[in-house]
Amino acid sequence: MKKALMVSAILFLCSALRAQESTTAQASGGISSAVLVQETRMRTLEQQVRTLAEEVAVLRGELKAVRDAKSAEPASDPRILLTAAHVEPGMLPANPSSVPASAPPDPASAAPQVTQTQIYGGATSNAKLLNPDISLIGDFIGTAGRNDLSPSRSLELHESEVGMQAIIDPYARADAFISFGETGVNVEEAYVTFTSLPAGLLMKVGKMRADFGKVNTIHNHALPYIDRPLATNNLVGGEDGIDDAGISITRFLPAPKNWFAEGTAQVFRGDSSTVYAANRRQDLSVVGHLRAYRDLSESTNLDLGVSYSRGHSNLGFDFGPNFLTNLYGGDATLRWKPLRRAIYKNFLFRTELFWSARDQLSPLNIFQTQHAFGMYSSAEYRVNRRWTVGGRFDRSGHATDGTQTDTGFSGILTYWPSEFSQIRGQYRFGHLAIGIPGDFSNANEFLFQFLFVMGAHGAHPF
Amino acid sequence: MHRCSFGGRLTAVFTALAFSMALLGPAPARAAGKLKIMTATTDLAALAEEVGGEKIEAESIARGYQDPHFVDAKPSFLLKLKRADLLIVVGLELEIGWLPPLITQSTNPKIQVGAPGYFDASRFAKILEIPTGQVTRAEGDVHPLGNPHYWLDPENGLRIAKGIADKLTETRPEDAAYFAQRYADFERRLKQADERWLTEMKPYAGRKIVTYHRSWPNFAEHFHLNVVGYVEPRPGIPPSPQHTVELMHLMKRENVKVIVVEPYFDLKTPNAVARETGAQVLVLPPSVGGEKEITDYFKLFDYDISKLKQAFDAAH
Repeated sequence: MKKALMVSAILFLCSALRAQESTTAQASGGISSAVLVQETRMRTLEQQVRTLAEEVAVLRGELKAVRDAKSAEPASDPRILLTAAHVEPGMLPANPSSVPASAPPDPASAAPQVTQTQIYGGATSNAKLLNPDISLIGDFIGTAGRNDLSPSRSLELHESEVGMQAIIDPYARADAFISFGETGVNVEEAYVTFTSLPAGLLMKVGKMRADFGKVNTIHNHALPYIDRPLATNNLVGGEDGIDDAGISITRFLPAPKNWFAEGTAQVFRGDSSTVYAANRRQDLSVVGHLRAYRDLSESTNLDLGVSYSRGHSNLGFDFGPNFLTNLYGGDATLRWKPLRRAIYKNFLFRTELFWSARDQLSPLNIFQTQHAFGMYSSAEYRVNRRWTVGGRFDRSGHATDGTQTDTGFSGILTYWPSEFSQIRGQYRFGHLAIGIPGDFSNANEFLFQFLFVMGAHGAHPF
Repeated sequence: MHRCSFGGRLTAVFTALAFSMALLGPAPARAAGKLKIMTATTDLAALAEEVGGEKIEAESIARGYQDPHFVDAKPSFLLKLKRADLLIVVGLELEIGWLPPLITQSTNPKIQVGAPGYFDASRFAKILEIPTGQVTRAEGDVHPLGNPHYWLDPENGLRIAKGIADKLTETRPEDAAYFAQRYADFERRLKQADERWLTEMKPYAGRKIVTYHRSWPNFAEHFHLNVVGYVEPRPGIPPSPQHTVELMHLMKRENVKVIVVEPYFDLKTPNAVARETGAQVLVLPPSVGGEKEITDYFKLFDYDISKLKQAFDAAH
């Protein structure tokens, strides 16, 4: 049935083409300029035939797929289709009879990279239609040097993060980030954001990075360094951080003039890497965050925050509901970016402080609350459009033993071939506690990273 | 009986809660107040002011001397967006790097994408350089939907103004006559000014120029200038030595005497090229507010055209 239709369409088109050719041939008489017109016409026709042939090839592929699915019937000679199957009337708005006869083709339109003109054009792209914006960010990390305590692999494709983002309906949008790591797949974040709630509320539902401080909210590839600060690793769940399924509500708060204030309250199931574990349904964890922001000038701004989080300690075993971990955080960020030279020069200083109070069993199996403090300070300076230099100082106790303190610093150099790729080197020194009081191990490492972005142009985090 | 009254009390509490929530919700639009309009760029704010006059208040997120591709999504904009009745954007993915999170976080249902208060100006303009065939980032930071610097053609300015006038009328029907009169006035003044600009630029028709970024195709088309090259090897890619050498050869071959640079780009490479080729570097703001004296849409063209004329005259 399909085949018959196809053949009849081909026949129809062939005859249409031939008829048209003969009429124009008569009309052109013997005038030399007409020959020229004919010549250009032919070229346009050829061009069209070529594009149509491509379409036919696609169609043929589909037809073949259909046929293959039905039976193992051999495909017919492709050549017949190639030459003639292109012009199903009605399928193509610009069929040969209408286009070349009227206007002589614009020479520009024959160039390989055609530039079209669109008047009153709807800003739609037929390539996208209703697909979400899809992107993939590859994060390749190499490590050299010495680290006896937490050695990482020499070379690894640390993660490939697939992002899908779309507007769901007039009231919501959704964002999903799925990370393919060396050890498996992890839904890093996937949440829907309701943007049209009453009372100025912004609600997110799904799995998300908790709004605990700054670094916990940032994806690996968007960090200004290759690794995460020691304090994050020791106290706030490491690379994945507090990242859990839950509900988040944010609202602007009344603030003094020129200040912006925002409060966030989040409830999670209570499972977050090494920090929290939920053994019962009621073992929920909560996160609260207050943010204050102020523009000091057009180019300088200050961003302050305090965070609190509470959940059930991840002890590796269920000792009952009485073991809680309380986390407190403070963060401050100072940014400088002159608007006229924003892409060449900017500076950012950030510091975060963390306090952890973790209920656990002491080595003698006695209930205890272990207090630990951690912090980092980092700075980055964009020297020019392609280079950024940065540094970070780390200091953090261990969550399980506050007397054990790690110290470290890093120097970071980043090169941007374009907005969509990034090459980074980081020297990292660590003075790491090994668990015996007063005994430390020194780590000297060089890390390098290649980042590449495919697909949709995601928004830059602020 | 006791149970029943308890249930009644509970209902009362819920009703009270619901009422207080409703009170906290978006205040009903004050019909008498000015319409609050936020725009992505200064040019759109200028056009909105032309049509809206004293019935509106327009403010731009980006400054006129700022690269509109790279704007920080500062939280201070959120408060303004939250109060906005209308958000006018350039579209064509110009603001894709910074506007979507601002819209989402603004918690303003009126300006969400697709809501009546979201206005994409590109839908009304003539768009150039829409890539066909395969679009890849080997071409740099290409805009798959076409060149977003379309406001630099007065005809597009008029089209956008018409779109804004219609939108304002839709939002405030009671002021329809006012907006219609403002638009008619703007149309008359712009057509007059455009005639003047075209006459001023006529002697320079076909002049070849080089620009830093692809910001000027609509301007060049309208005023019959010929952009033969770019300082950037590809859009969004900083100049490379090899491309710069090629550009110098091209400019010598084509006898190009003017290099147009947007105010937010570094002048080092353009100056080096100018020294080598005897050309002149001309910092030309593509947006209202790019210089202090450019306070409206008319002054943008007045300024740019007078600067261009000076540069062309100096070249001979």
